[in-house]
Amino acid sequence: MLTTTYATRGADPSTAPAFLAPLDQLKSGLPGAALSWLRDLREQGRERFAAVGLPTIRNETWRYTNLRDLTKLAFHPADAADGNVRFDVLPTVRTEGQTGPRLVFVDGRFRAELSSTEALPAGVELLSLAAAFASHGELIGEHLGRLALADDRPLVALNSAFLADGPVLRVAAGVAVDQPIELVFVSAGSDERPTSFHPRTLIVAEAGSRAVVVEHHIGCGTGTTLANHVAEVFVGEGATLYHYKAQRETASAFHLSHTAATVAKDGCYDNFILTLGARLSRNEVTSVLAGTDARTHVSGGYMVRGSQHADTTTLIDHAQPNGTSREVYKGVIDDTGRAVFQGKIIVRPQAQKTDGHQLNRALLLSDTAEIDAKPELEIHADDVKCSHGCTAGELDDAALFYLRARGIDQETARGLLIGAFLGEAMEEIAEEPVRDAFQALVSGWLEEKR
Amino acid sequence: MIEIKNLHAKVDGKDILKGVDLTIRPGEVHAIMGPNGAGKSTLSYVLAGREGYEVTEGSVTYYGKDLLALEPEQRAAEGVFLAFQYPVEIPGVANTTFLKTAINAMRKHRGEKELDAMQFLKLIREKTKALGMSDEMLKRAVNVGFSGGEKKRNETLQMAVLEPKFAILDETDSGLDIDALKIVAEGVNALRSPERSMLVITHYQRLLDYIVPDHVHVLAAGRVVKSGGKELALELEKNGYRDFGVNEAA
Repeated sequence: MLTTTYATRGADPSTAPAFLAPLDQLKSGLPGAALSWLRDLREQGRERFAAVGLPTIRNETWRYTNLRDLTKLAFHPADAADGNVRFDVLPTVRTEGQTGPRLVFVDGRFRAELSSTEALPAGVELLSLAAAFASHGELIGEHLGRLALADDRPLVALNSAFLADGPVLRVAAGVAVDQPIELVFVSAGSDERPTSFHPRTLIVAEAGSRAVVVEHHIGCGTGTTLANHVAEVFVGEGATLYHYKAQRETASAFHLSHTAATVAKDGCYDNFILTLGARLSRNEVTSVLAGTDARTHVSGGYMVRGSQHADTTTLIDHAQPNGTSREVYKGVIDDTGRAVFQGKIIVRPQAQKTDGHQLNRALLLSDTAEIDAKPELEIHADDVKCSHGCTAGELDDAALFYLRARGIDQETARGLLIGAFLGEAMEEIAEEPVRDAFQALVSGWLEEKR
Repeated sequence: MIEIKNLHAKVDGKDILKGVDLTIRPGEVHAIMGPNGAGKSTLSYVLAGREGYEVTEGSVTYYGKDLLALEPEQRAAEGVFLAFQYPVEIPGVANTTFLKTAINAMRKHRGEKELDAMQFLKLIREKTKALGMSDEMLKRAVNVGFSGGEKKRNETLQMAVLEPKFAILDETDSGLDIDALKIVAEGVNALRSPERSMLVITHYQRLLDYIVPDHVHVLAAGRVVKSGGKELALELEKNGYRDFGVNEAA
């Protein structure tokens, strides 16, 4: 019997009450209270989390990422009083002066006055989940909680328990949206107490549609925050969805994220995550090729320094024949930073002619930097092409000397080599404006160090 | 003027240079010949400042400065240029980016204004044309996928662009066929000037037919054992290095 279920071994229910206690007070005020299926979904999440608590390192998929620090902090769910921050400039991949569709969430709550949905073509719906409960109950009910299952993921259960808001995007069949749709998540928190929030993203790209979604995750202030994201992405038959994300929260932020995608026949789900920020981050991406001839690209770059911890955990599930998957991750780790890469590819018995490729390369810039890498292939079909490569190395001394011998100072030379190293991952970004914008973030990171 | 005095250097704990003395005046081209293992490449790396090459004794005075006290990039900025025997491949860094960064680093050091994209392009076009290099070679990553000849031409291009005061050519002839050798030698000869000194390191006399030196030195077992004019190179070609206690016949 094949299963993608993660064992809940290593569960620690004793950590649950602290997180769930505020729920009793909060519950009646959550949006969509009239929807019975939503009440059920929340209740199931609450029950599940109460039973298992936060994952511990005894759980195989959490072996290298310890959430112990979360239990030492008394997180308070964000309320209306939080996140009243003002912004002059919000991050964007657009060139200066250009505007376009954008939803902004501060501490998980939709901020209409910062958002814009005017320029969208017909057939595209972009709104907040809290509003969608009222106006798009059926659409939401059909999709929400179908991909990200609370049974095997305690953090998804926690997210469901607090389910309140987040972005909803629906692109109708055959509609192509040229301009990127931007989702901005701001972790603001409060100086008084650690703040938590649980945004839920829903993207439905119907048959033959095409869209580009860019997520920006930023932080402001000095408060400790916990963002526990869950995204569910439905890519319809022959649809193409580009899903980009740049995470650069502050050094006092915890960023946890689970993205679950399903790709129908001839569809393509293209995910790229650039991780620069947060004290601790985990990006879990699951892409299921549920139809024949489906494709998925799941790539990214992680840049870790100071005492940051960044975890990338991917699962590519080839469930049908003729699927193609490609993963290219590049990481740069400095100081006492630690990165984790866990990449699993499953090829189901019927998924013949699967073509799967996975690469993770890490560059260690200090003696105390650490990478834990675990590639896993689980192949149950016989006519498949699957490869994976995993390396960790240091900067090439010969190349460094060559550059310095041409008058380039050591820091600039290192920057050139690190930038070149990451280049292989950055090239995976198919959309040029996004690539340029993300490249600028990488350059900024390199500059900061100097 | 470059004065190397009683230079001793160690690599991996092993003594390689054991008292090298050499004086090179502006405008002069000196050749250093010697058998394998004599310390030729070690000398070039010590002069350029590579890590792992430990100077244990002696000095190198470069236009009045203590060269050995400078970082590699400072030496380069002061006009020292090493044309590598094995130019390093740097995937992901475009040749143009590399050249532009290098030129502007030098200009900055000299207190000159950095070149903008247009000025850089104009300069580089001029120099590549003279060396018979294609634009395509500029777009490619530094030395990646270059043939032996292309790599050496790329070294010569860098030298032409960076205009050093003291160029060290480490086995520039290795891996080159005669046509490529001629092109590279022409490029080097075009850079000879009364202000520019060169140190040409080679195992074979062949290169010196094309880059004719003012002085030839024999380096054996870590020391300069004989110096002379260009005719010394021909002598070595005929008799090999056995007069210096080295038998390369095997």
